[in-house]
Amino acid sequence: MHVLYPAVLSALLFSIGIYGVLARRNAILVLMSVELMLNAVNLNLVAFDVWLADRLGSGQILTLFVIVIAAAEVGIGLAIVLQVFRNRATISVDSLTELAETAETDSAGDRR
Amino acid sequence: MTAAEIVFVLLGVVALAAAVLVVTTRQLVRAALYLVLSFGAIAACFLVLTAELVAWVQVLIYVGAVVVLLLFGIMLTRAPIGPTSDLDSRNRPAAIVVAVATAGVLVTVLVRGFGDAYVDLGEPSTGSASGIGANIFRYWVLPFEILSVLLLAALVGAIVLSRTDIGPPKDGDG
Repeated sequence: MHVLYPAVLSALLFSIGIYGVLARRNAILVLMSVELMLNAVNLNLVAFDVWLADRLGSGQILTLFVIVIAAAEVGIGLAIVLQVFRNRATISVDSLTELAETAETDSAGDRR
Repeated sequence: MTAAEIVFVLLGVVALAAAVLVVTTRQLVRAALYLVLSFGAIAACFLVLTAELVAWVQVLIYVGAVVVLLLFGIMLTRAPIGPTSDLDSRNRPAAIVVAVATAGVLVTVLVRGFGDAYVDLGEPSTGSASGIGANIFRYWVLPFEILSVLLLAALVGAIVLSRTDIGPPKDGDG
């Protein structure tokens, strides 16, 4: 099998994830897009591991590690999101601008 | 095209379409369910690439645990069940530009760099459970143990973050 098929698929999945992270407003949807990006990386790792026929299986074992870290990340991320929702009653990342650097002129218009 | 390539392309189309639906759908719960479809298709791609154990771990952890956690999050933040109009932020055009640029750069680099690389799926692979297990416990023990500590830290962190009756000390100035 040509190595370009998995590589291009993972590149496209990664850009879809980037679009989701940048364009979505709901924090949970942002987390889902991050998961898509991690999956694209996993696909790349497995494809190149199989291509190189690594005897130590580095790519596939690193994929397993990435999956574990993604599970930990989503657990912590959801705990933070729930805490934000408990304090602010919203999880829209656009309205959480407390730490944003806004110029004095457009700060009123920038907040939603 | 070989049979494996045809199967892989079909699975890839399913994964891509489901991923696009995840980032464009107007219903939160459906986004999580499309995510299941995308992860499932990627797990099948792993199977085509002879990475059996990774495929089953993907099904177990991503489809089984991560998506359920995300659904929990959707329910606990009282998301509306029906379509929501304001799921996309204002920087959507910029996001489209960035995503298309990333895809263009990555695909160009990959096509130029790996245009003549072929995977031999016929030879015996190390992707089975016994092969991966032997490799983990023979060569990758230290990262494995560090990961277990990381998981414990994440567990403790999630508990501390989500419990309301424990917090920063009240008497101090912090």
